[in-house]
Amino acid sequence: MIRFEHVSKEYKDGTVAVKDLNLEVRRGELLTLIGPSGCGKTTTMRMINRLIEPTSGTITIDGEDISEADPVELRRNIGYVIQQIGLFPHMTIGQNIALVPKLKKWKPDQYEKRVDELLDLVGLDPSVFKKRYPGELSGGQQQRVGVIRALAAEPDIILMDEPFSALDPISREQLQDDIVHLQEKIQKTIVFVTHDMNEATKIASRIAIMNEGELIQMDTPDKLLRHPANEFVRNFIGEDRLSPSTPTVIDLMHTSVATSSPRRGLAEALRLMKAKKVDSLLVTDQQNHLLGVVTLEKVAEHYRDEEKTIAHLLDRDIKTLQPSDSVSTVAEIFHESQIRAVPVVDEEHKLIGIVTRASMMRGLANWNNGVL
Amino acid sequence: MELLKTFIERKEDIWYAFIDHIYLSAVSILFAIVISVPLGILLTRYRKIAEPIIGVAAVIQTIPGLALLAFMLPLFGIGQEPAIIAFTLYALLPVLRNTYTGILGVDPSMIDAGKGMGMTSWQILFMVELPLSLPVIMAGIRTASVFTIGLAALAAFIGGGGLGELIVRGMSMNDDSLIMAGAIPAALLAILFDLAFRLLERTMTPRGLKV
Ligand SMILES: Nc1ncnc2c1ncn2[C@@H]1O[C@H](COP(=O)(O)OP(=O)(O)O)[C@@H](O)[C@H]1O
Ligand SMILES: [Mg+2]
Repeated sequence: MIRFEHVSKEYKDGTVAVKDLNLEVRRGELLTLIGPSGCGKTTTMRMINRLIEPTSGTITIDGEDISEADPVELRRNIGYVIQQIGLFPHMTIGQNIALVPKLKKWKPDQYEKRVDELLDLVGLDPSVFKKRYPGELSGGQQQRVGVIRALAAEPDIILMDEPFSALDPISREQLQDDIVHLQEKIQKTIVFVTHDMNEATKIASRIAIMNEGELIQMDTPDKLLRHPANEFVRNFIGEDRLSPSTPTVIDLMHTSVATSSPRRGLAEALRLMKAKKVDSLLVTDQQNHLLGVVTLEKVAEHYRDEEKTIAHLLDRDIKTLQPSDSVSTVAEIFHESQIRAVPVVDEEHKLIGIVTRASMMRGLANWNNGVL
Repeated sequence: MELLKTFIERKEDIWYAFIDHIYLSAVSILFAIVISVPLGILLTRYRKIAEPIIGVAAVIQTIPGLALLAFMLPLFGIGQEPAIIAFTLYALLPVLRNTYTGILGVDPSMIDAGKGMGMTSWQILFMVELPLSLPVIMAGIRTASVFTIGLAALAAFIGGGGLGELIVRGMSMNDDSLIMAGAIPAALLAILFDLAFRLLERTMTPRGLKV
């Protein structure tokens, strides 16, 4: 349906973003373009709706050369979701969704009906959301609206440029599910740019892997995983498998930790706990190696014994985490025991932070996968 | 007491001067808007010439008000028209600069979204760029208005009328309460305009931009 023939794009500054690209997107498929940052995915996608003109080569849609089409008309017939969501903050959700239908001169009752239909499709109650402004919605809700806005005028083709990359992992998962369902229902031709291999394998009918402006391999997710064409593809898939796009301990810990030397007396320890409002202290030596933990309970129990220091009360047999441990490891620890905080140490057993239930929740909420 | 007497005795004079004053200011501001808003928009499309043109407007603004009025004399004579021309020139800069920076300040991803959805460049201007920069443009218009009102008191020096008329007359007659009869309404007017424009700014800001 969309065919690239020997398409190249060189920007004015001499950057060659796309090199001799040959590619066909089939009707009704969801093709993901994937590759490292700067490999030309966005450029490729934006040439389809003529936001960028190729330097050479031709792009056809249903056999018609798009360079002969009126760009404005062309764009009204292609849904487009930009990376930054791009909802207009001064328009209500209803107005945002109805925009392209209005540009295409649909009648009010027609587009009103369409708006309700689309909001229902992604589980947003029209009576609640239609009159709201984008600023009154969560990131996930906004991105849903961004997606259905692109569907509003019933385009045959929809372009999405890393639409979910700014979302938290939970909203992202949900939206990926939404897209899969949507695609089953509406059978549009979708070109979806991503840099996340997990996302690509989850939603794509076919995946096109690009590198440095060139198409390296294009196949179904399964074939790609089984028969990577070359080292680059293998690495690209592998790397992504090794560092799955889930947060690790380093994203979930906080680094200001109440510590104490083992030589401190109990009165001092108690004062420190009060000051820091904690019920345990991590005990470290002078090189910051983690020695163990001492709890408020223990300190209180032995408080009368003026000869005792922290070293005597030290619990050395404690669970620790490595910075690269995954969120599921952390969740398991919290799930299995009543521990409130788990120290994080590096390979030399030096203390670098601590994960608490609260820091984990905050980390999850703030986490996004960080690569653009 | 003296002052109150003057106000009552001269209420008609004051009223006409007051109306004149508003007329002078309003017409000048209106002209400034009609010139500066389109010009500001145009400059965002031809950014190479923007700096020099805004520079010219800035230079005009550094000329003391009285001097600018004096320049009008040999060119346009005396009366309301030269005063209006001078005030318009004065009011150009804030509106021009705010229109220009306001529109350039619109998030590029908004324009990208509009373009990608198939808006023409006019539609992008009227449906995206102007609504989103309206608060900034309105702030420029408010600034221009407030000091045009202040400046309009000088119109009397070239026979342009307005509340300055009373002040000038009061000065030549050594009549303090007459001076006050011009100065107090002029000051009140400036404050009133400022308040009115702030209110207008708030009501004109699209609701979605306030959340
Ligand atoms: N307007 C531009 N002018 C010059 N170079 C650009 C422009 N847009 C993108 N590039 C360059 O082209 C290359 C491909 O960019 P892009 O298509 O955005 O990559 P991706 O979306 O895969 O990250 C990059 O090296 C980028 O720096
Ligand atoms: Mg990109």
